[in-house]
Amino acid sequence: MAILIDENTTALVQGITGREGSVRTRFMLDYGTKVMCGVTPGRGGGEVWGVPVYDSVAEAIKAHGQINASVTFVPGPQVKSAVIDAIEAGVKFIVVPAERVPLYDSLEMIALARKKGTYILGPGSLGLLSAGKAAMGWLGGSEEFAREIFKFGPVGVMSRSGGQTSTVTWSLVGSGLGVTTAMHVGAEPIVGLSFAEILPLFEEDKETKAVVLFGEIGTVAEEEAAEVIREGRFTKPLVAYIAGRNLPSGMRFSHASAIIERGRGTAESKVKALESVGACVVDRPQEIATTLSKILKGSEKK
Amino acid sequence: MPKLYEYQGKKLLRDAGVRVPEGAVVSSPAEARVVADKLGKPAVIKSQVGATGRFKAGGIKFTSKANEAETVAQELLGKEIKGLKVEKVLVEEKLAIEEEFYAGVIINDSCKVKGPVLMFSPQGGVDIEEVAAKSHEKVVSMNVDVLKVLKTEEVRKLLSGMDIAPSLIDPLSQTVHGLYKVFKEYDARSAEINPLVLTTDGKIYAADCRMVIDEASVFRHPELEIDYPRDIGRAPTELERLAWKVEEKDYRGVGYFVQMAQDFGPVEGYVGFHGIGGGGAMVGADALIRHGLKIANYADTSGNPTASKVYRVVKLIFSQPNIDGYTLMGPVIANQEQWHHAHALVRALREELPSRPNFPVVILIAGNKDRESMEVLKEGLKGLPAKIEIFGRDYVDNVDSVAERMKELVEEYRNSAKEGK
Repeated sequence: MAILIDENTTALVQGITGREGSVRTRFMLDYGTKVMCGVTPGRGGGEVWGVPVYDSVAEAIKAHGQINASVTFVPGPQVKSAVIDAIEAGVKFIVVPAERVPLYDSLEMIALARKKGTYILGPGSLGLLSAGKAAMGWLGGSEEFAREIFKFGPVGVMSRSGGQTSTVTWSLVGSGLGVTTAMHVGAEPIVGLSFAEILPLFEEDKETKAVVLFGEIGTVAEEEAAEVIREGRFTKPLVAYIAGRNLPSGMRFSHASAIIERGRGTAESKVKALESVGACVVDRPQEIATTLSKILKGSEKK
Repeated sequence: MPKLYEYQGKKLLRDAGVRVPEGAVVSSPAEARVVADKLGKPAVIKSQVGATGRFKAGGIKFTSKANEAETVAQELLGKEIKGLKVEKVLVEEKLAIEEEFYAGVIINDSCKVKGPVLMFSPQGGVDIEEVAAKSHEKVVSMNVDVLKVLKTEEVRKLLSGMDIAPSLIDPLSQTVHGLYKVFKEYDARSAEINPLVLTTDGKIYAADCRMVIDEASVFRHPELEIDYPRDIGRAPTELERLAWKVEEKDYRGVGYFVQMAQDFGPVEGYVGFHGIGGGGAMVGADALIRHGLKIANYADTSGNPTASKVYRVVKLIFSQPNIDGYTLMGPVIANQEQWHHAHALVRALREELPSRPNFPVVILIAGNKDRESMEVLKEGLKGLPAKIEIFGRDYVDNVDSVAERMKELVEEYRNSAKEGK
């Protein structure tokens, strides 16, 4: 099992004819993702790697039947219309890699998604990968690399840093561990799926025995994840790391969401919240894998 | 910075039908006098800087005569208020204040909200955050549905439960509604009127305005003339402006560059910092700082930028005078094909290093196509006079030893530079 996507997920690529869209479609196909079709308005009728291209999501669905998930390789200023096209056509899971998405575009697409029962991963998300099953987005990059870095195993990974998502999974491989699903929640100030909403999904997934949370300074995402644990909606072991501990406040650090404003979003507040509910917060990222390894071995003995 | 000055925010409010004090923004004492003359009544002279607490910092002064306005403006213009230089002052009529309220809109990123929140308090003026923290009943708030148009009626409902004279509910609701309209129309991340003033003659005025525009939406509002939209808490340096030019219209990956320190001498141990991957860059910076190094700048190239973008970021890092080393810290198994970085580095370093003997260069690069990238780097950087060390995948989990090595090389370099004097 996995969460959000697996080998049966039918996928669509929006912006399939662009620079990233076409390169990552090749990767997703190679990794085994069921990429049924692509959409680029005005380019309907064409093909990319044998995948048929349509002008709209509705047309694509008409031709291919139900589509479970879409990934949008569309730049920030234009991505809203692509996402709304997918939501309105009934797609229930949408990955949005674009960064620098205008705030109201994000708010509107997230609000609409909630109304329609659609999950949005991102904006600013590198994507997600269910080991050995499917990948959507940039995460995994190329087939050979993805097979090396992501091995199947008992750990769920969610991260506010794209690159650290795969870094964590790679160090898990080094400790003989693997992942069910690994995902990057996105680096934008407002994102769709938050840690607090993903934890209950991992709770339901029988193959996920523990979860890694790679956090950063800024926002209340980590504090709200702690709240989910306090409420008993996530009961598996959680190992967390918070990046940016030594960095000053009031200045943003590359990720639009990594800024401490008005004393909110400090590393201290996050560490405290997570530790208070029994999560294991490590001081260095390299301790994530070793700590998990100990925790999982301990629970096997029981 | 995407922060608007008070005078800019007030203009937007006025255009939306919110009453603001009469006056004008000026940049010379003579102009201040003309404006004060025209007002013909006691005035307030307000420094236009993007900081709070201007009054206590001496940036806001009251005058009773027009010639006084000239003297006060003379005194304020060019002065530094909270580290920011005053280039403009706002000359306005002084209000006869009866009561002070607070109105604001912010974005709440909580997973339960993810949208704008309208706030109002009958106790404005003082530190509103203190009021909000100590007495919750004195602040009301409501979440706004971004998919709908906010109605004045909804604002009226919000305010009607507060301790306010019934006759004020209507004009206050219209003002708060106007604030929200401006907030939304200009893609703001926050907009506040504090204080929102009731004058002795019964009128409502926005006596101040603070607005922060969303960085990613600035391109939609050329009329705001924001030339540097990043949140860095101060005016940008020349290099930061150049860095933004590299990024502004190029959405292919991220090229981020801000300076953490500017006025430092050689051999103070500041290093040029170049991270890969938002989180990886932070992990790298954390490790360097933990080992006692000082970073001159914070840079990040990720999201699969083109080689030309990476090259420009490296050149910007090397344009900082007096750095005692350069490090590309990529403690990340990156998904982007790393050869774009390798090619960019070779080109930039071949230009920069011939004139810098023994200059420390520590590179940690890993991820998709890293083996090929290592080859490009080793071959391309051959024969340069600098002290170049390259680390790969095995060090991603061991960023501390890379930081340690950087520290050692920088110390050697500093010592030899000191001896050379």
